[in-house]
Amino acid sequence: MIKPIIDWLVYEILKMPHGAIISEAVDFFLYDTIKIFLLLIVIIFIVSIIRTFFSPEKTRAILSNKRTYTGNVLASLLGIVTPFCSCSAVPLFLGFVEAGVPLGVTFSFLVASPMINEVALVMLWGMFGWKVALLYIGSGLVVAIASGIVIGHLKVEDLVEKFDHKKPGSFIPGAVMTMKDRIDFAKEYTLDILKKIWIYVVIGIGLGAWIHGYVPADFLAKFAGRDNWFAVPLATLVGIPLYSNAAGVIPLVSALTEKGVALGTALAFMMAVTALSLPEFLILRRVMKLKLLVIFASIVGIGIIMTGYLFNFILR
Amino acid sequence: MKIEILGMGCAKCKQLMANAEKAVKDAGVQAEVVKVEDMNQIVGYGIMTTPALVVDGKVLSAGKLLSADEIVKFIGKKGP
Repeated sequence: MIKPIIDWLVYEILKMPHGAIISEAVDFFLYDTIKIFLLLIVIIFIVSIIRTFFSPEKTRAILSNKRTYTGNVLASLLGIVTPFCSCSAVPLFLGFVEAGVPLGVTFSFLVASPMINEVALVMLWGMFGWKVALLYIGSGLVVAIASGIVIGHLKVEDLVEKFDHKKPGSFIPGAVMTMKDRIDFAKEYTLDILKKIWIYVVIGIGLGAWIHGYVPADFLAKFAGRDNWFAVPLATLVGIPLYSNAAGVIPLVSALTEKGVALGTALAFMMAVTALSLPEFLILRRVMKLKLLVIFASIVGIGIIMTGYLFNFILR
Repeated sequence: MKIEILGMGCAKCKQLMANAEKAVKDAGVQAEVVKVEDMNQIVGYGIMTTPALVVDGKVLSAGKLLSADEIVKFIGKKGP
């Protein structure tokens, strides 16, 4: 629907030459930017309306005293819809653990929540199509559930830092929201996110368009194709410090897959960008011993790497 | 009246602090606005999202950046 308008703009109004690389890159850039921003607005708005029906406090109540397996599955699913920002990771972690949410279940939540987020989903859907977006949700859930189960079995409760405080109250947000409140909240939230990420999106798509037009196809196949076993772990490692730029990273990765980067490698990279974040680790260091943090990162990392190999293997 | 802003120094917490101070002025009430950054205390209130607004020891809102007007509704009569 948008495509003919963009084509008309590029070739008729701007009078750019047909078939030239520059016209194609401009066309690609305009089309992707408009498509992604439309998707971002619509999806973030819908997701934030859904989020108003959930809160970390309600999620905690659902998860407290849930057993392994059921608890891990529930926690991962709730992680998708519960509003959560990594700046609240500490009170959330303590709140969960002290309310009797098992440690492994808490970790399932902590993995799923940042990994499966609306921005990453929109970018994946827009740049790779809905199949890859679903694949990402599915494998993200599996990694979150499995990591939590493994950590739960390791019995590492003693690696949580001790805190000395009075028994926490159980604050439940009281006021009932009207539909208007929910819409207002969603509007505000959508704007907030857009303000934060728009520049990364534009830069990411811009670089992507440049790669799309100027980098020869299969240029990267040698380095990051399916047959290079080292590409997946490397992509995972590189993804760790790139947190919060998922918005800019995904268009870039999309362009790179056209140039020979295998899809499993790309998925692993994007999961590492969202789920393994250095700033969040620094925050979580205040509530868990370094050893637990390393265990947590390693298990999630291994899960991501295995997912990457799996997709490189089955998507041949 | 004692108003506490709970938060570990995020941008929204600072903004909520400023909004609360403005709200106190707008409402024309006697109130002391303090920032609580100590995690033990924050967790002690049972909240899991910051910033949170506590008035006289009671949690009124968590995880939300309230505007000055919204805070005025919590702390008393509308301005002069």
